Amino acid sequence: MRALVVLRTLLAHWRRHPVELATLLVGLAVATALWSGVQALNAQARASYDRAAAVLGGDVLSTVVAADGQRFPLEDYVALRRAGWKVSPVIEGDMRRADGSVRVLGVDPVTLPPAAGSLDIGEGAERLTQFLTPPNLALAAPETVARLGGAQDLPPLAESADLPPDTLVVDIAVAERLLDAPGRLSRLLLAPGETRALPAALAGRLRVEAPRETGDLDRLTDSFHLNLTAFGFLSFVVGLFIVYSAIGLAFEQRKPMLRTLRACGVSARMLTGVMVGELVGLALVAGLAGVVAGYAIAASLLPDVAASLRGLYGARVPGSLSLAPAWWAAGIAISVGGALFAAAGSLWRAWTLPLLAPAQPQAWLQAQRRGLRLQGALAAAIGAGALAALVFGDGLVAGFAVMGGLLLAAALLLPSVLAGVLSLGARGARRPMVQWLWADGRQQLSGLSLALMALLLALAVNVGVGTMVDSFRRTFTGWLDQRLAAEVYLTAADAEGAQAVALWLDARPEVRARLPIWNVEGRLRDWPVEIYGFRDDPTYRDNWPLIATLPEAWDRVAAGEAALVSEQLARRLNLALGETVTLPSPQGPWPVEVAAIYSDYGNPEGQVMVAVDALTARWPEVDRRRLALRVAPEAAAALVTDLRAAFPGVEAVDQRALKDLSKRIFERTFTVTVALNALTLAVAGIALLTSLLTLSNLRLVQLAPLWAMGVTRRRLAAIEMGKALALAALTALAALPLGLAVAWVLTAVINVQAFGWKLPIFLFPGQWLTLLGMALATAFLAALWPAWRLRRASPLTLLQGFSNER
Amino acid sequence: MLDVDAVSKSYATAQGPIEVLRCVSLGLGPGRTLALTGESGSGKSTLLHLIAGLDAVDAGTIRLGGSCVTGLGDAARAALRRTAIGLIFQQFNLIPSLDVAGNLGFQARIGGRHDAAWQEELTERLGLGEVQARFPEQLSGGQQQRVAIGRALAGRPALILADEPTGNLDEATGEAVMALLLELVDASGASLLMVTHSPRLAAMLDARVTLRAGRVA
Repeated sequence: MRALVVLRTLLAHWRRHPVELATLLVGLAVATALWSGVQALNAQARASYDRAAAVLGGDVLSTVVAADGQRFPLEDYVALRRAGWKVSPVIEGDMRRADGSVRVLGVDPVTLPPAAGSLDIGEGAERLTQFLTPPNLALAAPETVARLGGAQDLPPLAESADLPPDTLVVDIAVAERLLDAPGRLSRLLLAPGETRALPAALAGRLRVEAPRETGDLDRLTDSFHLNLTAFGFLSFVVGLFIVYSAIGLAFEQRKPMLRTLRACGVSARMLTGVMVGELVGLALVAGLAGVVAGYAIAASLLPDVAASLRGLYGARVPGSLSLAPAWWAAGIAISVGGALFAAAGSLWRAWTLPLLAPAQPQAWLQAQRRGLRLQGALAAAIGAGALAALVFGDGLVAGFAVMGGLLLAAALLLPSVLAGVLSLGARGARRPMVQWLWADGRQQLSGLSLALMALLLALAVNVGVGTMVDSFRRTFTGWLDQRLAAEVYLTAADAEGAQAVALWLDARPEVRARLPIWNVEGRLRDWPVEIYGFRDDPTYRDNWPLIATLPEAWDRVAAGEAALVSEQLARRLNLALGETVTLPSPQGPWPVEVAAIYSDYGNPEGQVMVAVDALTARWPEVDRRRLALRVAPEAAAALVTDLRAAFPGVEAVDQRALKDLSKRIFERTFTVTVALNALTLAVAGIALLTSLLTLSNLRLVQLAPLWAMGVTRRRLAAIEMGKALALAALTALAALPLGLAVAWVLTAVINVQAFGWKLPIFLFPGQWLTLLGMALATAFLAALWPAWRLRRASPLTLLQGFSNER
Repeated sequence: MLDVDAVSKSYATAQGPIEVLRCVSLGLGPGRTLALTGESGSGKSTLLHLIAGLDAVDAGTIRLGGSCVTGLGDAARAALRRTAIGLIFQQFNLIPSLDVAGNLGFQARIGGRHDAAWQEELTERLGLGEVQARFPEQLSGGQQQRVAIGRALAGRPALILADEPTGNLDEATGEAVMALLLELVDASGASLLMVTHSPRLAAMLDARVTLRAGRVA
């Protein structure tokens, strides 16, 4: 009962200060929304990867695969079954269709181990018969059935809820036809308990692979999700700045009331307990609003995230959200946790609040100096930690530790830097209003510093990410010109078709060179890798984007003695020039020397380039459908038209179309980053607005004496506006070097760890001016209402300032 | 020098308008001092605020020197306060971000009436020489009020308006501050209109006007 009375008394404060209450709720809701939104995106994507990994018991069953990672003959399966092995055949591959590719999985339901339980063929013999006999059945996720239903080139579709999107499970005979791979298998599922060694006759060509707890997609997309998480966390922290500031102000405003309550017999334990209860209640309300907003943010960003994941990693993520109740609970919990964390200082001060106010209040200047010294020491310690992580750390987490440390240290130093600048300004000031302006700016700093720190973080991250994205864009455009040097690229429907096209092309005089783009896929030290064969041609020698090379590298690669490796593969496997790497081929291990390293932006998989003759000698069954053509640029379009007319099954595209497509994928990849960037800046804007709003009541009391001494309200309002703009401009100036440091950490540390490539940094002064303008606009909008209120303040309001407690 | 003629003022509230001053008239000559007394809520502070141009009258006129305060706009009233009026508040109302020296000279300097020698004399006579570099929160109540007095007098205004200047001080300190105020007002040649509850302090001034329920008693 007593607690209720205390709670009612505490809540009365918010009725009298609705702006502060709104600030607290908005801060918490915004922080929760951005964090929950990002978590929803990650959760949705990871659930899809898990569904993909769990298909056919991939996460629990061992498999038999070819040593070179290719398909192997059906006879090997027959040999194992005859030897008494409990194995079940699987063939899988991508089927290209006009509206995108579909993953096809062919299985034999009769031999399928029960542990491959995610395959839901349905009850009864009738359904199994339908699956096995023409026209057969293809199982697919409901959204895939909705998308592909009625397709003429596929069997009738039936829903199976556990399957990932864009995946079809069919009888193995159907899969052979759809994938054009008669008599070939991708893998054999081993029944649990089968632990024998493979027969000697097969051991050279096949190997047993243990089940993977995490699939390739999980590993390859880790960095993408970590980037998203980092952004979500940054927004959450920026949002908590608002909460911290609102709770701190409320505590200061309620201090006399808290003393009175204590004097009336409320124990410190009860007072603090009720304050915690009050805070948890508010956090639940804000958290609920936050997760709803987070859902909306995630739903609006998911199509772009799904497109990015598909473009970058080939990951199939549905474009609509379906979230578990745990996500909602986690969102509300993070709101409550964040509120308690932000309020910890104020709650401690309430717990230890002396009953009597000290006779000599601490001078603000002394307190401010002590606070700045403490912050400076903390910043130095965090900065040293970031430096240590940079020098000694390894991996993506160390990279983010460097960035987090750098941002936090800079944010903590900001008030000291601003105080120093204001002190310098005060020294040179002669006129009294100017002197007051500088001195008052320093005093106001403690109330605004959190909002300015949030603005600094948002601006610096904007500069950093903007510089990184634009540097990447410029590098990527130049790199595309190097990589896509040929004028036309084509893919035939099958190997025979490719041969017919080659003959047709030989008769075309405008075709200067016909370059094979033949590749196989395999695994190198347990990482997926693509091995490409290329024909020695000036197209490569003159254009290929080499980063490091041995002398006469091209000659040695052409002779089949060496290979070119992509930058990310070299970094991932720690390969140096001159080192030997052993490629797994059907003819046995093939050791080649690393002769050069080239950049291969945007590809999550490692790549190796070898001479095409060496490739076909070791992988006779290499996919030979793709070709690049060198023709006079002006003849390219006509050649593509003729090709399509002569060979309807051939996909032909000219260089410009391919570059446009690549650039579109690039832009889409960064849509989410740019959106989160803008949201973070918006949160910082809200932080500044709420700080100025909550301070504006206090400011009236501070400005009233100046008005009484003859400074007009109009002038005071102009001064207040000018001061907010000046502080924002100073913060923006400080954000510039910090942002460039962030860009360097992103491109030289995090990108290298996350994606395996390093980028050159370019400077974009136009972008800085835009951000400065945005910072000033944010400050202008944030200061507009308080300044207008001051300008329009009635004498009565200002006179009340003389009687208020100061 | 100061002529208040038939001034009325009311405030609108949720319960309807409250008449605070009803047809109040009084006058104050150059170099003279006047105590304004009365019970709480009798309109003393409101009258002081109207004279200072901090608020506008509903009816009546207030003339200060050659200026009609009630006929001036916001900017002109602000200019009048900068140059002709010194204000002393019960709550001191010093500028927390400026040190003692900065506070002392502030109004005189923004009014273009700064006299370094006079400020130095004021500093010395107010006993603030040792604390010039301190900030308001580092001062005792008596010291803060002395700074407020110095600030009001530094520009040599024609009129000092003081609203219970010793209301926040203990008796001994209050009397010392009062004596100092009268001495310095005399030295500067200004007139003083002071709101007070204390009959003893009122008796120290040349004349007294008592307000009761918004009227001169």
